[in-house]
Amino acid sequence: MKAPFSWLKDYVDIDISADELAEKLFSCGFEVEELIYLGEKINKVVVGEVKALTPHPDSDHMQICVVDCGEEYGRELQIVTGASNVYVGMKTPCALDGSTVVESDERVLEKNPDAVKKIKKGKLRGVESFGMLCSGEELGINDDFYKGAEFDGLLDLEKTAPVGEDIKKIVGLDDWIFDISVTANRPDCQCILGIAREVAAVLKKPLKQPNYSYTERATSADKIIVEVQDSELCPRYVGHYVESVSGGETPSWMRKRLALSGIRSISPIVDITNFVLLEMGQPMHAFDADELAGRKIIVRRAKDGEKIVTLDEKEFTLNKENLVICDGDKPVALAGVMGGLNSGVKDTTKNVYFESAKFARDNVRKTSRALGQSSDSSSRFEKGVDAYTNGYGMARALHLIEELGCGVVTDMKADECSADLTPRKMKASVSKINALLGIVVPDEEILEILKNLDFKPELNGDTLTVEIPGYRDDVDGYPDLAEEIIRMYGYEHLTPTFLEKASVTEGGLSLTQKKELHLKRVLCGQGYLEAYNYSFYSPKDFDLMKLSADACERNAVKILNPISEELSVMRTFLAPSMLANAVRNIRRGNDVGREFEIANVYYPSQTEDSAQPIEKRKLVLGVWGGKNDFFDLKGGVEKISELFHVDFTYERAEKSYLHPGVSAKVICNKKVVGELGELDPAIALSLGLDKKVYLGELDLDELERVLDDSVRYVNLPKFPAVERDLALIADEQLTCAQIEEVLLHSCKYVTKAVLFDVYRGGQVPEGKKSMAFTLTFTPDMSAEKAFTPEVLDGFVKKILNNLKFKLGIELR
Amino acid sequence: MKEKIEALRIEIESAMENTQTSRALYELKLKFQAELKVVMSGMRDLSKEERPAFGKLVNEFKQGMEEKFEARAVVVKQKEMEEKYASERIDITMPGKTVKKGALHPITLVKNELIDIFSGMGFKVFEGPEIETDYYNFTALNTPKDHPARDMQDTFYIAENLLLRTQTSAGQIRVMEKTKPPIKILSPGRVFRSDDDATHSPMFHQMEGLVVDKGITLCDLQGMLGEFAKRMFTSSTKVRLRPSYFPFTEPSVEVDLSCSECGGKGCRLCKGTGWIEVLGAGMVNRHVLENCGVDPDEYTGFAFGMGIERIAMLKYGINNIKTLFENDTRFLKQFEE
Repeated sequence: MKAPFSWLKDYVDIDISADELAEKLFSCGFEVEELIYLGEKINKVVVGEVKALTPHPDSDHMQICVVDCGEEYGRELQIVTGASNVYVGMKTPCALDGSTVVESDERVLEKNPDAVKKIKKGKLRGVESFGMLCSGEELGINDDFYKGAEFDGLLDLEKTAPVGEDIKKIVGLDDWIFDISVTANRPDCQCILGIAREVAAVLKKPLKQPNYSYTERATSADKIIVEVQDSELCPRYVGHYVESVSGGETPSWMRKRLALSGIRSISPIVDITNFVLLEMGQPMHAFDADELAGRKIIVRRAKDGEKIVTLDEKEFTLNKENLVICDGDKPVALAGVMGGLNSGVKDTTKNVYFESAKFARDNVRKTSRALGQSSDSSSRFEKGVDAYTNGYGMARALHLIEELGCGVVTDMKADECSADLTPRKMKASVSKINALLGIVVPDEEILEILKNLDFKPELNGDTLTVEIPGYRDDVDGYPDLAEEIIRMYGYEHLTPTFLEKASVTEGGLSLTQKKELHLKRVLCGQGYLEAYNYSFYSPKDFDLMKLSADACERNAVKILNPISEELSVMRTFLAPSMLANAVRNIRRGNDVGREFEIANVYYPSQTEDSAQPIEKRKLVLGVWGGKNDFFDLKGGVEKISELFHVDFTYERAEKSYLHPGVSAKVICNKKVVGELGELDPAIALSLGLDKKVYLGELDLDELERVLDDSVRYVNLPKFPAVERDLALIADEQLTCAQIEEVLLHSCKYVTKAVLFDVYRGGQVPEGKKSMAFTLTFTPDMSAEKAFTPEVLDGFVKKILNNLKFKLGIELR
Repeated sequence: MKEKIEALRIEIESAMENTQTSRALYELKLKFQAELKVVMSGMRDLSKEERPAFGKLVNEFKQGMEEKFEARAVVVKQKEMEEKYASERIDITMPGKTVKKGALHPITLVKNELIDIFSGMGFKVFEGPEIETDYYNFTALNTPKDHPARDMQDTFYIAENLLLRTQTSAGQIRVMEKTKPPIKILSPGRVFRSDDDATHSPMFHQMEGLVVDKGITLCDLQGMLGEFAKRMFTSSTKVRLRPSYFPFTEPSVEVDLSCSECGGKGCRLCKGTGWIEVLGAGMVNRHVLENCGVDPDEYTGFAFGMGIERIAMLKYGINNIKTLFENDTRFLKQFEE
């Protein structure tokens, strides 16, 4: 919301500076995002009077002027000008030596739209010039600011302009614009008057209401009947007939107000509707009354397929979700959005029918969004217009018609209102208000604050009775009053307390949350960096990962209104994000890396589309470059099994995006809880990667389900465990897991079998490999003595027999 | 016999002189013991009268030799250690070996810190679903369908009634529905808004706090946030409340903290104001309490919510939110604890 300082001063005697006012507004809930000084670019430009003119000796278009800029700046300044409209006695802006004006050279502006031009004394074709006489353009103003400002030549100022005066004061640039952020609960402050009400309250000054008075004159014209068929979408419709409308020029005071808000003057009638929108926050529409067929205005939902061409000559096909204003035959306006071309006010318009209405904000918003059509009115309606203001808006417009003398206000009017306009009264307990705030605000302060905000407060013991202003739809309970009171009383009056009356509660993380944090730290200990990726990616990622058409990962939750296709499906697995991280890092020269991410994946509900999707916690690991291989990644996964006190087994996996020979699924309690492996080299090739990438993904929810977090103590055996190393010659295709299985099950005392070396070549025959394991033999708790070498030899013999029998393995 | 012993003595003694290792000395000792056995076996050939004298002789010999072995062992050991010391000498100026540690993401670091601060004040951590129903994300939070506040947030929808939660406040309702006051919860997590530019990310993280109990006041909110500010930033950090609007709180406040960079004097970080907007808060709206079956005449409460990224950016001086989601290892490594 942009509010000019000078305009606010119409309603309140503001005796503080713009900066101070910005502070005040901030303190009561209206943050001034930007305080713009209009004359920012204009410096040392004053009113000068041309006293004498002589032609330039070396130029046929330049003239040498003697300019009177007053006592302070010089009575007889010599200034050369090329403007042809200069004359003796002219009063015109004079930019003095060292001054700045708005840059008008388009080549400069192209590079810097905010450029300023510095004026210095100098010689123009040999003649000294101590400044520059200016045009309106050089001051950055148009005709709406100051009459004649758009003339291509020097700005011809009024003769009353005092010589030597700062030009900003003369042309209206000595003003500030408050760009105020208005919260969504205060649509009543989306206008100058609304802000002025707050200014008055915060400064504790009276508000000077605008003039709403007008005189109705009898008309002989046929009555225009207003009929509201959908009162839910249009709770109030105020109409008024104005006849004998004349064109002409809008007075400069109104043009200037509009100009400060960035609106050009069009015609008095249109200017009045725009002015009322800015001043009162009430969108107005003016129909050409003679174009309304059947002398009727009907507010109804559009019929499916009905068409309208709006003022900007765009055609729309409507449906019953759109509210329209119709005459006896056809739609003449898209309610709250824009008028129809068929009934708009033209130069030739004689009589107008003014509309000041309330349309339901969500309906205006929906229509505006659906049709892609918006206007100042629609964006105002979307924020919420109150029925109370409808009447005042109309009254103000009619007053302005009279003030501007641009039409005759008649007695033909309508007010179709289903909204309750009786002032809402509310009772509240002062002690409850104070209890919510935690301080005691003195009664007289409460009364004064609410009085200044026009709540008409009355206090009877603890009971506060207020009348809620008609424009304050947001107030509905005592906490609202508490807020009104504290924002005006000042938050600095609060004294920090620490839950004096509250009960003691126990805080902290749940077991699962602790475990997750622990897991993150363990992974950090393994050299992994934690990553955070977006929860959505592109459906193309599924293709990149070579997922088959019926792969379950493709069954993803889709965003109906994504920012882009790239961010349109919710993740069903995390690997594509991790791959993207690896690729980005490798492309940036981060050749070696380890990252992990813990995040949710989302699966559509199995039952029905409208049910909440299933969210599962997953962990993804990514390892790339350097000496990293499959086993580095697997080491990370094994650490996780240790942390969760579970055993993982590994089987070959078939995952579309993993190398078929270098990938495994992770099994825990007979359930697949994840997979890991090398990125399919075909995918690596398609991405142009020259480093190997390893990816692993685990289902953390599943792991947490089997997690046994209790620490159980086992008594130590009396005798120590003994280790024996065995080097075995095995067929190439035998896996470590197969051999471990036999090692662990051939002798009940073998509690651990750990591979520590694999060797090929040398004395190992072709097609075979040597695998060396360390076996740990642990005596029973009840054992009476330690294992003797002979006993151990016996165990080993039995194991070797089993290996030979089951897997054809020999001792090396 | 005497001669034999003497010969053995000379042989072993001279051999002993040449032993350089414990192993050789040990082997020599084994040899000595073996040969001594042979010598002693000659005792059988002696007469009964000769035997005691011989026995005494052998014993003395054995004892003497063992002492010599022991003495030699000390010498050899000493030598061996010296050699070991010499051979194992290293260049102690070479770099030490370290395990390359990873690091937690700054979002996690800040989240953990916030959880630490608030769990010490009695807050439990609750994590709600990221895909929410319209009811939990908006309606129950006093933001019905036509409410203008819905325009404050651009929402990603996945169905008419389902959306990616735009605020962790959604979790408030789930907790209040299930738990009776006193309630103190902290609800961290991912939130989503359809906003993607230099200062906005379509996904970010919030941390929501909620206290519901008897006699909770706005002053309590200020007190708690003051405590938070001191622990999270510096002990001199000040808190400033100013009026604002959220549909689910009334009164609502915007909470500014005094700028940690300049201490409130005004700098580039705080745009010269001395204050930095850090979180939104307020007294829980009566309608919200009612929606969850909590009697608003018996209980009051406050809620506060902050952007974790925003705090991380302030704390670590990160100037672009996008950096947090690029996962560049050079960035992430800097947060090693």
